Amino acid sequence: MPSARADHSRRQFVLRLLTATSAALIAGCDAASRSSWFPKVLGVGERVSRGAQRLATSRRSMAQEFSAAQLSPQFRSNGTANPDNPEYQALAANQFANWRLRIDGLVEHPLQLSLGELRAMPSRTQITRHDCVEGWSAIGQWNRAVPQAAARYVVFHCADPMDALGTKYYESVDFEDAYHPQTILAYELNGAVLPIANGAPLRVRIERQLGYKMAKYIMRIELVASFAKIGAGNGGYWEDQGYEWYAGI
Amino acid sequence: MGIEDSTAASPHAYLRHSLTVRILHWINVIALCVLFMSGLQIFNAHPALNWGRSSYTGAPAFFTLAHGFPSWMTLPGGRWLAMGRRWHLFFAWIFFMNGLIYVVYCILSRHLARDLAPTRTDWRSIGRSIVDHLHLRHPTGEAARRYNILQKLAYLFVIFALLPFVILMGWALSPRLDTVIPGWVDIVGGRQSARTLHFIAAWTLVAFVLVHVFEVLISGVYNQLRSMVTGRFVVASEHAKRSR
Repeated sequence: MPSARADHSRRQFVLRLLTATSAALIAGCDAASRSSWFPKVLGVGERVSRGAQRLATSRRSMAQEFSAAQLSPQFRSNGTANPDNPEYQALAANQFANWRLRIDGLVEHPLQLSLGELRAMPSRTQITRHDCVEGWSAIGQWNRAVPQAAARYVVFHCADPMDALGTKYYESVDFEDAYHPQTILAYELNGAVLPIANGAPLRVRIERQLGYKMAKYIMRIELVASFAKIGAGNGGYWEDQGYEWYAGI
Repeated sequence: MGIEDSTAASPHAYLRHSLTVRILHWINVIALCVLFMSGLQIFNAHPALNWGRSSYTGAPAFFTLAHGFPSWMTLPGGRWLAMGRRWHLFFAWIFFMNGLIYVVYCILSRHLARDLAPTRTDWRSIGRSIVDHLHLRHPTGEAARRYNILQKLAYLFVIFALLPFVILMGWALSPRLDTVIPGWVDIVGGRQSARTLHFIAAWTLVAFVLVHVFEVLISGVYNQLRSMVTGRFVVASEHAKRSR
């Protein structure tokens, strides 16, 4: 029988070895996270997920819709709740009567639409779930008008400044999602006019992706062949901070 | 003592784990560590668990961690959801492909039928095996060459129930995969229930790993580790074991 002390010191040694090894591994992982190349390697996961998800589900596959009884008692406002932007505040003070949605870029006939003109278009009402990248979900009912044109991506330019430099929120989707029946520009939430906290006067719903794709406070819709020259070139405000452009999981 | 006893008493080595199993095992170790730690990072972005279709069903969260898990448990170390997701969704594919290859290998090589499927003798030994485990007694000699019944059941449960379940509950968190059969996530109660089950399954896996590592530590850690690295496992002399 080895002495209790030898046993104890051996256990101490193994424990220290394990702690040191795991500390070194964690430090290594954190260094890899901050490197310029490793996040790109990890980014392969996003491309594989996108390919696999598009193989497993059809272009027109529909997101789950819910009944009125399943609506969340309150629809959570996340991120910006009231854009700190004088231009936006002036529009809001006037119930968005002077607000115009600018649609331009690679489009046959660039145009500007008022909220009244959008409301006059064919509409669709859907009760769907909003899944935030943070992990929470809420169910709401949305009402819309359809965007149309030919290019590769639809870019949503928004009114809300996100940082001290005044970088405005923006998002983009490709045409597979833009033309999806459940992709809508929403001006109503739960049967009432869309509140400012949830993106008044207009926000987009892209039901088969996560919440950060669903830009609020939309001022302009631009159709582009590439988003490389917009923002930091990753296709959206959060994408420029390292989040995936394809947010299907 | 007879001749048989003296042969059983002499130590001898054999190849316990095939090269394929050894490689797949260690890839799995790395993938599961990364998935667990980056999973806690993702959990920390909303450190609460709900049950139901949404987080706002009227019922409060049944589990909340005010400050989330400590940074030494998460990957990356600080709060960094975007990077946590990158690690998680990359290693999820490594883990999935690795597991798929393992299951196919298991069946084709007859590893499943030969080493993992319980035999009738195994079932009969279940009572004794439970007592042995509680006394931290381990099979020696020829019996040590085979997995015992509790070991087989634990491995089968993890391979064919727990791991597929944790993957399925991960898929249940994807808004796009909702559309495969709209409403399928409601089978487990909805998106937030799936998130909770994904979390519970992950911790169940941690519990398995703790028991697994404990058993390795107390049943001859050097011999066990070597057999999972080089494949070589030495069947010890029964007498030597007993006299200790």
